[in-house]
Amino acid sequence: MRYDSGLAGFSAGETRLERIMKRIHIDISLFAGLITLSGVALVILYSASAQSFDVLLRQGIRLLLAMSVMLAIAQIHPRHFRFYSPMLYGVGVLLLAAVLVMGEIGKGAQRWLDLGVVRFQPSEILKLAVPMTVAWYLSECPVPPAFRHIAVAGVFIAIPAGLIAKQPDLGTALLVGAAGAMVVFLAGIRWLYLLVIGGAGAGLLPVVWHFLHDYQRDRVLMFLNPEADALGRGYHIIQSKIAIGSGGFYGKGWLQGSQAQLEFLPEKSTDFIFAVVAEEFGLIGCLGLLAIYLFIIGRCVHISIQAQDAYTRLLSGALTLTFFVYVFVNTGMVVGILPVVGVPLPLVSYGGTSMVTLLAGFGILMSIQTHRKLLPG
Amino acid sequence: MSIRAVRRLQNDVRVFQARIVFSVVLLLLAVAALVVRLVYLQVVGHEHYATLSQDNRVKIAPLPPTRGIVYDRNGEVLADNVPSYSLELVPERVDDLDATLAELQSLLGLSDEEVRRFRKLKGQHKSFESIPLKMRLDEEQIARFAVKQPFFPGVQIAVRMIRTYPYGELTAHAVGYVSRISEADLKTLDPSLYSGTYHIGKSGIEKTYETLLHGRTGHQELETNVQGRSIGVLNTVPPVPGADLRLSLDIGLQRAAIDALGEYNGAVVAMEPATGRVLAFVSKPSFDPNPFVYGIPKEDYGRLQASPDRPLYNRALRGVYPPGSTVKPFEGLAGLEVGDLPADRRVSCPGYFQLPNSSHQYRDWRKGGHGAVDLKSAITQSCDVYFYKLALSLGIDKLSEFMGRFGFGKRTGIDIPGELPGVYPSKGWKKKHSKDPWFPGETVITGIGQGYVGVTPVQLARATAILANRGRVVIPRLLDAAQGGAGAAAESGGDTLAFAPEHWDTVIQAMIDVVHSARGTAKSIAAGLSYHVAGKTGTAQVFSVGQGQKYRESEVSKEMRDHALFIAFAPAEQPRIAVAVLAEHGGHGGSVAAPVARAVMERYLNGSAR
Repeated sequence: MRYDSGLAGFSAGETRLERIMKRIHIDISLFAGLITLSGVALVILYSASAQSFDVLLRQGIRLLLAMSVMLAIAQIHPRHFRFYSPMLYGVGVLLLAAVLVMGEIGKGAQRWLDLGVVRFQPSEILKLAVPMTVAWYLSECPVPPAFRHIAVAGVFIAIPAGLIAKQPDLGTALLVGAAGAMVVFLAGIRWLYLLVIGGAGAGLLPVVWHFLHDYQRDRVLMFLNPEADALGRGYHIIQSKIAIGSGGFYGKGWLQGSQAQLEFLPEKSTDFIFAVVAEEFGLIGCLGLLAIYLFIIGRCVHISIQAQDAYTRLLSGALTLTFFVYVFVNTGMVVGILPVVGVPLPLVSYGGTSMVTLLAGFGILMSIQTHRKLLPG
Repeated sequence: MSIRAVRRLQNDVRVFQARIVFSVVLLLLAVAALVVRLVYLQVVGHEHYATLSQDNRVKIAPLPPTRGIVYDRNGEVLADNVPSYSLELVPERVDDLDATLAELQSLLGLSDEEVRRFRKLKGQHKSFESIPLKMRLDEEQIARFAVKQPFFPGVQIAVRMIRTYPYGELTAHAVGYVSRISEADLKTLDPSLYSGTYHIGKSGIEKTYETLLHGRTGHQELETNVQGRSIGVLNTVPPVPGADLRLSLDIGLQRAAIDALGEYNGAVVAMEPATGRVLAFVSKPSFDPNPFVYGIPKEDYGRLQASPDRPLYNRALRGVYPPGSTVKPFEGLAGLEVGDLPADRRVSCPGYFQLPNSSHQYRDWRKGGHGAVDLKSAITQSCDVYFYKLALSLGIDKLSEFMGRFGFGKRTGIDIPGELPGVYPSKGWKKKHSKDPWFPGETVITGIGQGYVGVTPVQLARATAILANRGRVVIPRLLDAAQGGAGAAAESGGDTLAFAPEHWDTVIQAMIDVVHSARGTAKSIAAGLSYHVAGKTGTAQVFSVGQGQKYRESEVSKEMRDHALFIAFAPAEQPRIAVAVLAEHGGHGGSVAAPVARAVMERYLNGSAR
């Protein structure tokens, strides 16, 4: 252990650049990783969008906006996140309820809230607010948390997840639920409870199954076996497999992917963009992209291990794991080892909805890293 | 910080770090799985996929399943599939769709409506799917197109299995029919489940058991050349054919019932009381369901809709009629069970009934009256005055609740869609439907199944079956068994109306007397019966005869004549069949409806109609 004796937060080994970055609350490694990923993403998107500058420009602007949000959030001290966690949560849940009510009037699924200037999805807020609030709650509880603490945390997770599922947006509901569950896991929930909860969940499945309509059951079965639905979602999988497999070791080269360029691959600039990478850059390209992701995740893991109190530990750890879940669910679905669910590839897929949320999360991580007072070696 | 606090902190950090390490291990395993899969696809499978992608060769074509066949209880085919030639287009292979359609229209004499329908279908399907333009091509059309085929790329003659109903009119209301998938259907359908399928059950059994009958769509992954022509099959997932269904319906019985109705329109429903299995389900007049399959021309459909006989109207299921005196046995039971009226209590019938302080006369069908009658003779001779008084003494709400137990005013739950519940009124019911209060006079006429009371023939048949079962409630079912056992007839019913055995005896004996005693209102059908029939006649007023006027059948127009009803089950001691007959404007139940029921029962129990 080495304690800094001079100016708080500055250790002797830091370079000048590091000191500057620290003062403006940027974590260099994480920032470098994100910038690399974004740059690579734009290159891929250009190809996936059939070489559209328009798409590229729009995505670039979004990226700049989201990066600004990230840097702004990094300036906020973590104690403020902690203080505002329950409030953010409350506002998010109210907005979800508002969306449901307005959706009721509009007679249909509604996920958007129109604020005149901007339209946004309240469920995005909950992607951050749920892990923040569960971390806020569980950081005050003893380790390991007692059963009643787990139950309260479960309620915190279930309310927004239920509201989002009602929109209906089952995919987002599951992701929001997963983010909360990560906190519970990291907070040291007893393995026994974990087994009991998992077992109860599995035990309830047949009951849920019983209440589903025939067509809903068909959907679930298709989920489990997309190949059986070759004309719908399975069509993506088959075309995606051809794209990936034909890419081979080195790939066909940038802008050379016939599957991608000839429009055989559906949703190639959004959910299935990883197949474009695999076709044009081959196994090498895929491993490279995964390496960038792993670098970012590794840095985040490092930040969460170094975090100084229970709240920031839990929050940073959960955000990191959730980010990985996004990456894995998307790539797993594209390569056909997971069922097809509509999850974009973080920071690479075209579309701005989740980008702001994702980078805001990284902003929180940067803040946690750069506002530390003690510096254990 | 105390030592303890520091320890706790260290413990917290240790637990957290252990969880992080565990997560990282899982994460690396997941990444490893991803990499293994990528290597498998991109290194091991590379050659295979590279061939497939060369200049993209894979198209996916749906393989629609064959629809399940519908049989009657004896294995007669009620709904079949036969091959039919249709002219089909694959839109993405046709260069100039408008020109092609115009040429085909003049070549084959297609109507504008057919072209319009095709355009609609086209919007609903993927452009590489083959979409029918004209179904049921005749020989001449096939020949004419065959000569010109080379000039029509993307157009072909295809053989499709098309639904036919060999018994046509006989089964239209029970089996129903399939028709082209409409836009409304598409909103509730899973499109990929139905790609390649162009028909869906629209009514009857075809609709109720659509999921079973349809089966599962398969597909072929086709390797195609640059022109889009298939040059090989890479992979086939065969369709799963729909399940064949066996119905409890007996087509012979069905025909016997229709024949027995003779000149009259109406409905006949026959059931196995023990199981609720429906043996005959007749709504007359009927229509030929076959034209609906390939698209009935507008004018033909218009004619069916405009016909004063209303052949499309399912009388057995949706026809709500006053039940007339057929409700009397049930009301008799009500008197015994919930009214504490002993069976031997005699009521005097002078031929009319008056409410206190009212001069209005509620007439009995027999002008001179029946004298002093007990419950049994009141049922046997269908004395109206007895039941006026019975209804009044029970009160409408008690009566309504009791009749509800036999299913009056409720849907039976039969496995044909579109059933109406009918009405058996109560004070609460009237409050909801009218601003006037309930009048005692309305209770009086409810006692003879008039007024607000309305029942459907299927409801009446079920109530009769419950009576034959001495209280065991059953749900009418047409499906007997589905191939593979899935969806086989559920053991229907559940509740049993636990009434005193002697009360059942009294009512059923009275019903036997309706047929087999000298004063019974249906004694005309007793001759030559080898078993006992328990029955009850009903004559339902379609319009009211004015006070002091006389109803003369010969004087009223046919549309105003009474409906004739008859309910029965046989053999009375060991019931195997329960029947409800309604003959619209048939006049008297005893003379018109009862012989129909007899013909059905004879055919079922003795294998011949008289």
